[in-house]
Amino acid sequence: MSARDDVLARVRAATATAVAPPLERPVVQSRPGDVDLFVERVADYRAVVERCTPEELGARLAEVVGERRVVVPDGLLEVLDQGGLVLPGAVADDGLAATELDRLDGVVTAATVGIAETGTIVLDHGPGQGRRAVTLVPDLHVCVVRADQVVADVQDAVARLDPARPHTWISGPSATSDIELDRVEGVHGPRQLHVVVVG
Amino acid sequence: MTLAPDPLTSAATFVGMPAFPTAARAALADSQLRHNLEHATHTIRDKRARVVAEVDDWEELRTRGAALKDATLADLETHLLTLEERLTAAGATVHWARDAEEACRVVADVARSHGLDEVVKVKSMATAEIGLNEALAAEGIAAWETDLAELIVQLGDDLPSHILVPAIHRNRSEIRQIFLDKMAGAGRPAPADLSQEPAELAAAARLHLREKFLRARMAVSGANFAVAETGTLVVVESEGNGRMCLTLPEVLVSVVGIEKVVPTFEDLDVFLRLLPRSSTGERMNPYTSTWTGVSPGDGPQELHVVLLDNGRTRALADEVGRQALRCIRCSACLNVCPVYERTGGHAYGSVYPGPIGAILNPLMKGVGVDEQTDSLPYASSLCGACYEVCPVKIDIPSVLVDLRSQVVDAHRGGRPSVEAVAMKGAGATFGSSRRLRLAERFTGIGTRVAGRLGLASAWSGARDLPTAPTESFRAWWRRTGGGTDSAPGGPGSGTGGLDR
Repeated sequence: MSARDDVLARVRAATATAVAPPLERPVVQSRPGDVDLFVERVADYRAVVERCTPEELGARLAEVVGERRVVVPDGLLEVLDQGGLVLPGAVADDGLAATELDRLDGVVTAATVGIAETGTIVLDHGPGQGRRAVTLVPDLHVCVVRADQVVADVQDAVARLDPARPHTWISGPSATSDIELDRVEGVHGPRQLHVVVVG
Repeated sequence: MTLAPDPLTSAATFVGMPAFPTAARAALADSQLRHNLEHATHTIRDKRARVVAEVDDWEELRTRGAALKDATLADLETHLLTLEERLTAAGATVHWARDAEEACRVVADVARSHGLDEVVKVKSMATAEIGLNEALAAEGIAAWETDLAELIVQLGDDLPSHILVPAIHRNRSEIRQIFLDKMAGAGRPAPADLSQEPAELAAAARLHLREKFLRARMAVSGANFAVAETGTLVVVESEGNGRMCLTLPEVLVSVVGIEKVVPTFEDLDVFLRLLPRSSTGERMNPYTSTWTGVSPGDGPQELHVVLLDNGRTRALADEVGRQALRCIRCSACLNVCPVYERTGGHAYGSVYPGPIGAILNPLMKGVGVDEQTDSLPYASSLCGACYEVCPVKIDIPSVLVDLRSQVVDAHRGGRPSVEAVAMKGAGATFGSSRRLRLAERFTGIGTRVAGRLGLASAWSGARDLPTAPTESFRAWWRRTGGGTDSAPGGPGSGTGGLDR
């Protein structure tokens, strides 16, 4: 018998008398979230977070990024409606190798969903969000979240996501609790997370 | 011991560990260990309590988590077949493994097929359970741990002692010393002026591991959840080492226990709310990665998933114990356990220590096989703190009691234990009023003699035997007519024989 058939036969035998409890799965209508709470909760993770209007966004990004060399993923300026924005250190991602990403200062992206209750940002790596590596290797991640992308809690976020896409859920900068269970920010992922909430 | 911190030469192993009482005695004598553990477990307990209190429907969430897992386990074959089909459709290759050896073979074969002699690893309980690093080392393949705590354990040629924080038994100054002594032998050395500040230690790990991430061609991970309906795998982490491994290499092999399956993508909601709060005491962990097969141009282009049994179906067949397979490896039960807090994780002799380990190990390995596993159901005071914090409501105390009876049953037929003889004797005595009367006359002498002879010393060594009253209840009744004589020494006088 193959390992597959053997394991499945064991599973069948082990569950022969098992009775599944009734399950109720509430139908979730994704609820909008409290943007002030989102801002507060993101800040709790010791990320930098600020709010601005759509009109101010270009100037805010230019100031946050400054002269730094940052990856600007395909579609970012269109998604953010900032067609005219010029970032002097912008680098296009034409399949940059990990070692090349490691020599850049940061990355600027859009987001898919923000979760107010937990201060979490979810990327689905669609247009303006870059492939997974670009928001991982450089040390600074500037992430723009639209106010209308903020939902109430985890269930509201899950309801909005497309399972076929890869997702990265980000709650603050990279951190560890591995030394005496004390939280320390800054291990392998970006050590600086700068969130700009627009609108 | 100054072995090179080379994963190919690691000597640390749980194999041959003594039974819990022996191992615990050694751990209890280590005052540094006890100090480290007390500090760490109390820190995390307080954090957990704070963030759990924020959630109004926490109890309802726990109930939903338990019901979801139970429903999935009851119909596990269907969900596994769906998972296999969706994973395959999304471009992953699915392998099945009956045991540790088969699972390790799959991983080694994938590495071999690409001509690789090293892999990077995401922290994974399943791969620790199957001894993957040792199996790969035997094939000449180095497996680099990239989680900070796992790195500390690997560099120190040590063993994990906690599910979430395998190096919980080490404090900052010990970690600094390990980095200074051992990093150079494994790659980039630690800075010579390294202090014991956690932020500096984390920065040293960042630099040390980055060169490994950037050159890695293959990674090995586990998965916290596997969504049947969509073929999505999920890894929950903090540091970003998981993201590095799941994103940068060309080839990814994920070893997934068959109990990790959840039916639908929406079901992740319950577990992503329960796990971080229970585990690290955070509203959400820094990073969660989900992937559904291969994404063209993004991340590994060759994916393998190993669905692992290795004793899980044995646990599944145990009607009382199968609830242990609900476990989402948060480690809250370890952090609140009075036994774990004092002995630490090594005494349990397994990668799964603490209350959950005390049931998972015998359930997965079977009782009556080795003394060490059989000792684990007794490594508990049955206080119930573990049950109270468990996010999926595993009734650990009830499973422990059931396993104790299984251990006793497994040992029937051999030489009877002192306890068995004593219980048999007690049964005979209480079964006859004549024998009981006789026994009462000798209770005082009996307890004194038993104390002197050291009978059942494992029991009496830590307990005081009560002093027998000078007069038995029945003797007093006969003498006083049930207290109606109002004789001295009767009830109400305050000096009665019943009062002790």
